[in-house]
Amino acid sequence: MTTQATLDPSLFYPSPLKEFWQAFAHNKGAVAGLAFMILLVICALFAPWIAPHDPSEQYREFLLTPPAWLEGGQLQFLLGTDEVGRDLLSRLIHGARLSLLIGLASVLMSLIPGILLGLVAGFFPRLLGPSIMRLMDIMLALPSLLLAVAIVAILGPGLINTIFAIAIVSLPSYVRLTRAAVMGELNRDYVTAARLAGASLPRLMFITVLPNCMAPLIVQATLSFSSAILDAAALGFLGLGVQPPTPEWGTMLASARDYIERAWWVVSLPGLTILLSVLAINLMGDGLRDALDPKLKNAQ
Amino acid sequence: MFAFIARRLGLLIPTFFGVTLLTFALIRMIPGDPVEVMMGERRVDPEMHAQAMERLGLNKPLYAQYFDYIGKLAQGDLGESLRTRTSVWDEFTTLFPATLELSLAALLFAGTLGLIAGVIAALKRGSLFDHGVMGISLAGYSMPIFWWGLLLIMFFSVWLGWTPVSGRIDLLYDIPPVTGFMLIDTLLSDEEGAFVDALRHLILPAIVLGTIPLAVIARMTRSAMLEVLREDYVRTARAKGLSPARVVFVHGLRNALIPVLTVFGLQVGALLAGAVLTETIFSWPGIGKWLIESIGARDYPVVQNGILLIACLVILVNFVVDILYGLANPRIRHQR
Repeated sequence: MTTQATLDPSLFYPSPLKEFWQAFAHNKGAVAGLAFMILLVICALFAPWIAPHDPSEQYREFLLTPPAWLEGGQLQFLLGTDEVGRDLLSRLIHGARLSLLIGLASVLMSLIPGILLGLVAGFFPRLLGPSIMRLMDIMLALPSLLLAVAIVAILGPGLINTIFAIAIVSLPSYVRLTRAAVMGELNRDYVTAARLAGASLPRLMFITVLPNCMAPLIVQATLSFSSAILDAAALGFLGLGVQPPTPEWGTMLASARDYIERAWWVVSLPGLTILLSVLAINLMGDGLRDALDPKLKNAQ
Repeated sequence: MFAFIARRLGLLIPTFFGVTLLTFALIRMIPGDPVEVMMGERRVDPEMHAQAMERLGLNKPLYAQYFDYIGKLAQGDLGESLRTRTSVWDEFTTLFPATLELSLAALLFAGTLGLIAGVIAALKRGSLFDHGVMGISLAGYSMPIFWWGLLLIMFFSVWLGWTPVSGRIDLLYDIPPVTGFMLIDTLLSDEEGAFVDALRHLILPAIVLGTIPLAVIARMTRSAMLEVLREDYVRTARAKGLSPARVVFVHGLRNALIPVLTVFGLQVGALLAGAVLTETIFSWPGIGKWLIESIGARDYPVVQNGILLIACLVILVNFVVDILYGLANPRIRHQR
């Protein structure tokens, strides 16, 4: 006699991934943010194929053409052209590449050393902790954009230096977060158990403790991704970031300033793209925080 | 309380030295030969090169250079600008009031509007107004303010012609600097219409600079208010039959203000960073624009010590906020 138990699947505890998605999808803004981000990533990945024109091709007979739906607009330039006749839409699409690249690279470049330093500061609260934290306090004493400006001012403008400056600026928050989370976890029984079982220090750090500290770090990574895009655009706007003619959103705004009285689209559209991208990432960050860290949600 | 202040002061000193170390290091991180970079030309005459190295103190060992730097700072010598040959300190003190005036106006704008919007949103939780405030403040928080400034100029200055595009005051007026605050100086002078003109110049930059603090303050006020309104003492106050206004403003807002004040303090750093962008857009003659222009002109003494002065300012303000917070909330004072 075989009793093949047919259990109702709804009785099982949901898989963590499904549970996470349900909590995330509960926040409508977060889903909208995610959708916009996916669009942006697709634009960035397939820019050469999606963009209708080459971003640096100058159509001399179409200087400052308004967007297609306005009087005088050309259907081949959907969002119009800039002061030297380059297609705005293509430049914005290619700009997504740069912004996402800067965001991703600077987050990785600050997340990894940030976690390492935070772990060290948390595991050695007497020996190394105070000096690491003091150093981070000093870096926090300067407003982040100003520190980034200072670093770029010394190293010179450019893509690599922009990434480097933004990575340095966002380092302290990761160190602080990791340390605080590690200090909280170290007193837990499971850590003591692992210690007694003879786990080595690297094992304790990376396999026992670190995975339990990831939730706030993931949220912070999202938030610093958005501020990286904002800071990179600000540096570009000040002429200290990625240099023209590269189609970076902030740099595009800086060169559009002179046409503010004649061509609203060259000023409005790059900025709107920055705003929407940053907003989308922030919305996603809110959703992630709600989904990953229920404690924080209830505290609000 | 005294011990608390002393402990905070004790933390201040290493931070200050750390910042000097940072600004000291900055100028030595210039890739290539510093003299060539500063003079903006290659293959400087060797004799002049040696003189410049000597004058800048770059020929000594690093630790000696650092002690020289600290020694000069201790005497109040912040060096002089390579461009204008005036002392960095003098330039800073003449330009700083402009930035301060702009920042205060921005904080006033952000604080009043943010508090009102936050309180109403909390009282009408879940309403259309609440959702509107939260949505707008999230957008404000994500705002690239350099673009926001351009948009406002485009709308109010170019299309409507209501406000001037740049500067602090029209060139027609000759206002002697007494306090450095244009609004006060124009009142003191007997030029007719100057005050209104200065005000018209101030409005747009103040709104632009105040946008992010406004978003932060509105959100913070709302969540602090929601927290407080749930407390037992608020229910008690209601049950006692106090008027709703008294419950909200005296029992509620006063307690909700503590976290909001901290945010206020934390915004000072953000304000100074925002000032760099805002002043650049509106050609506002403050320290932000000064710093960016100096970077463009490779005026390294100004860059180095300008950053040092701003960092000290932020450290000091945070210190004062810490102390005020300790005064307002005894639990903080007795920690550790």
